[in-house]
Amino acid sequence: MTGTAAPPVGDPIAGIRPAGPVETSARGDRVFQIVITAFAISIPLLLVVIAVSIGLAAWPALSRSGLSFLTSSKWDVAAGEFGAAPAIYGTIVSSILALVIATPLALGVSIFLSEIAPKWLRQPVGFLVDLLAAIPSVVYGLWGIFVLIPLLRDPIAPFFKDTLHLGNTPLFSGPNYGYSMFAAGIILAIMILPFISAVTREVLLAVPRSQREAALALGATRWEMIRDAVIPYAKSGIIGGIILGLGRALGETMAVTMLIGNRPEIAASLFAPGYTMASLIANEFTEATSDTHLSALMGVGAVLFVVTLIVNALARWLVWRVTKGGVR
Amino acid sequence: MLSRDKVVTTRTRSQVLPTVAFMLKPTAISLLKGAYLKRITLASLVVAAAAMVACSSDKSGSDNKDATANSGGSVDLTGAGATFPYPLYSKWFSDYAAKTGVKINYQSIGSGGGIRQLSEGTVDFGASDSPMSDEDIAKAKGAVMHFPTVLGAVAVTYNLPEITAPLRLSGAVLGEIFMGTIKKWNDAKIAALNPGVKLPASDILVVHRSDGSGTTFVFTDYLTAVSPTWASGPGRGKEVPWPVGLGGKGNEGVSGQVKQTPGAIGYVELAYAKQNKLAFASMQNAAGNFIAPSPESMTAAAAGVAEKLPGNTDYRLSIVNAAGADAYPISSFTWILVYEQQADSVKGRKLRDFLRWALTEGESQAASLDYAPLPASMATRLNARLDSIKVGTTQ
Amino acid sequence: MSLRSRHATSTVMLTLTYVAAIIATLPLLFIIFHLLRQGAAFIRPEFFTEMPKPVGEEGGGMANAIVGTLILIGIASAIGLPVGIGAGLYLADKRTAPLATTVRFLSDVLNGLPSIVLGIFAWEFMVRPFGGFSALAGGVALGAMMIPLVTRTTEEMIRLVPISLREAALALGYTRWRTSVSIVLRTALPGIVTGALVAVARIAGETAPLLFTALGNSFWSTSLNEPIAALPLQIFTYAISPYESQHAQAWAGALVLIAIVLIISLIARYATRGRHDGGGD
Repeated sequence: MTGTAAPPVGDPIAGIRPAGPVETSARGDRVFQIVITAFAISIPLLLVVIAVSIGLAAWPALSRSGLSFLTSSKWDVAAGEFGAAPAIYGTIVSSILALVIATPLALGVSIFLSEIAPKWLRQPVGFLVDLLAAIPSVVYGLWGIFVLIPLLRDPIAPFFKDTLHLGNTPLFSGPNYGYSMFAAGIILAIMILPFISAVTREVLLAVPRSQREAALALGATRWEMIRDAVIPYAKSGIIGGIILGLGRALGETMAVTMLIGNRPEIAASLFAPGYTMASLIANEFTEATSDTHLSALMGVGAVLFVVTLIVNALARWLVWRVTKGGVR
Repeated sequence: MLSRDKVVTTRTRSQVLPTVAFMLKPTAISLLKGAYLKRITLASLVVAAAAMVACSSDKSGSDNKDATANSGGSVDLTGAGATFPYPLYSKWFSDYAAKTGVKINYQSIGSGGGIRQLSEGTVDFGASDSPMSDEDIAKAKGAVMHFPTVLGAVAVTYNLPEITAPLRLSGAVLGEIFMGTIKKWNDAKIAALNPGVKLPASDILVVHRSDGSGTTFVFTDYLTAVSPTWASGPGRGKEVPWPVGLGGKGNEGVSGQVKQTPGAIGYVELAYAKQNKLAFASMQNAAGNFIAPSPESMTAAAAGVAEKLPGNTDYRLSIVNAAGADAYPISSFTWILVYEQQADSVKGRKLRDFLRWALTEGESQAASLDYAPLPASMATRLNARLDSIKVGTTQ
Repeated sequence: MSLRSRHATSTVMLTLTYVAAIIATLPLLFIIFHLLRQGAAFIRPEFFTEMPKPVGEEGGGMANAIVGTLILIGIASAIGLPVGIGAGLYLADKRTAPLATTVRFLSDVLNGLPSIVLGIFAWEFMVRPFGGFSALAGGVALGAMMIPLVTRTTEEMIRLVPISLREAALALGYTRWRTSVSIVLRTALPGIVTGALVAVARIAGETAPLLFTALGNSFWSTSLNEPIAALPLQIFTYAISPYESQHAQAWAGALVLIAIVLIISLIARYATRGRHDGGGD
């Protein structure tokens, strides 16, 4: 190293003495810069490698089937025909179902925690909700198989079918397996709840006091203040949080695999078994005997990759917009 | 300075990922307090120490009966494939390890998976209840030999707590159930085969395999033989386009789902049905009799086949819908697949020795686990055939 | 709308948020309740010291799975920590430079990728070419998952170190790189360790990437080139099996896994919280 001896490492304060000429861009600096830049660049590099390797492996199947890969609902391994539509449909439907269930709950909890809860309640309740995110997916699946599905089979599904007489509507028709899109939707809702709630809480807290005080000063009730002053201000962040939840639901694998019934078919009924892209890959990957099958699975992986990429990017941008700017 | 820190804090706090946001609420100045540093270091050390204690106690501790646990070395052979024979194989591997110290790690991921892993060379041997087709063999890294190990039966299990006596089903009716044309348990066609039995009016919840399965192959092989609609529809294979039903992963997954779902029907290897106390149907065989799966009825199905084998058979045989008054119509051999030319001579020799043990001593355990041993003449011939596995210099 | 009806609406909506809060906390309580009820029965010393028994036999444990998880965490940390800390240092240094913004954004993207996609990637690179499943492949998949989390927290922690500290070090004659490493990094170290613990808690419970990388092993194995058992994998296998004893073990394994994840998370949270309350801003 050029320059004078550096002060003893590990002891910045003691042993101070004028160090003489200050070191300028030592070789150590440059090496350090190169090292950390290399580490930093490895992240985009990793993404590119993942994208390219999956894309290349998926190409044979995609070029063979063309657009029908996305639109055909015939996933027939034996015949070598791979239409990913049921899996794509299942991913979208289960995620939307999860959002429909989780969003009101998450919004409610966040509003509760940021506006309404007494101070002593905020910590414990917030902690309990956040803790949902710490539970591994496979544990959710385990709980789902032995607790949720028996509950669904009886009394929940009969409630919809018989008590509410919805059994003949397309949405609730069909035999009552228990393992169903509905089960997957519920467990996904529980899993994404903490994420939507955490982001929503953050953005609600970022709303300036002045907004709230102005609304109250103008005579709004507490609820009206929340509805008209706070939420619109945080709207784009809340939407970002919802989309973040969507992103997580799209990619969730284990809990869904254990609860959805593993049936590559598009069915109207919520009680019918289905498939998602992630659980399709999880189930069939180790057993894909033919190259076309493997390539088709890679194709599904590629679709999943692209979809989650777009959704997550959108979510981040929306959250960033609200919290960074602070002005709509 | 303070205001700048505050701005930094607010902005960073909001930008932090949700996954991290609720775990970390950083504040600027407190970071620098030495006491805090001590606390977190202590906590991390505790975690690390606990991990190390866990590791060391595992290595030194156990006094269990399983001798393999203490050997502490790496595994000798890896295999993957059928879940069909897994209850027996897992006992075989455990006993063989206790006897010789050779450890065999077997992943029951389905016949399709076993064939694929073998073809790619990621395992030392494969296991399948569906013989490899010529195309499959062409895609492997060399010639593959099929060694039948035991006979098994595909039981048709169901979950009807109301019924005490075994249900009787014919091939045609079974086909219609799995096609989805017979939807309720009290359908006239089922009632006709089971006079006097009070069948519930509930839906039939079909369960099939979601993975590439030799058990599926045997089952659909049978349905193709007895049902023309099935033959022209889903057909025969390790994976077929099932008209209805849930997918379960492995024999374990299907039996698990049948066990937990009242009104369900599925097909599993007999051992799984018995071990889980699941009811299974008596199937009508080619001679018209209703036979329950058992070691005896499996043996009856294979009887006569052994003598008729040509000298150069490759042992890829199907025995579904066998002739014979007492034959169970959904019986099958299950195979272990090995490369004729073993790349690693040490592993090749270990594999051959294991197979020799399996074909002699292993066979005697089969019946106790609800499989049937191979016909004696076949086992002898296979034992001799083991010598044609080329393991290198000693060959 | 009259004032009365507006107040009524307000009361109703606010009550609904109470209800939402209750409903939101219920699943967690349910899950913990069932975990304790079903799993606690099987938690005995043998659970931590025995191997899985052959199917159908009673008893057995998950010793190999617990150790396997620890080994996988070790490999993942060996990959995730250096890359994450290095990238975090870079991002904290370069702040708003275009490359830094891109890296930050892409790091968030990587964080949002489904774990099964990372499993496919690890399979492509570590299993297929090398011809076998291995602990290393599983560790690589998990390490890739750790990187974004560690990067983010490292950057945040480093940015919270006051500029004055860095300026003081530079004024005393430290080189820039020495400043970053000896002064800034060491000061931010507690937060970085916390971030590392959070990342570890996240990957400890991951199953999907291990399905076709580490594969699972019914024997004791600590070798990096062999398939290795892992707690989440074992829980999955046992959960979908039909055997009651395996179900019980799955619950016990889940309890152990959650305990590990919770302990790590609580240490991380406690460490930062202690700062929050005790030190003040």
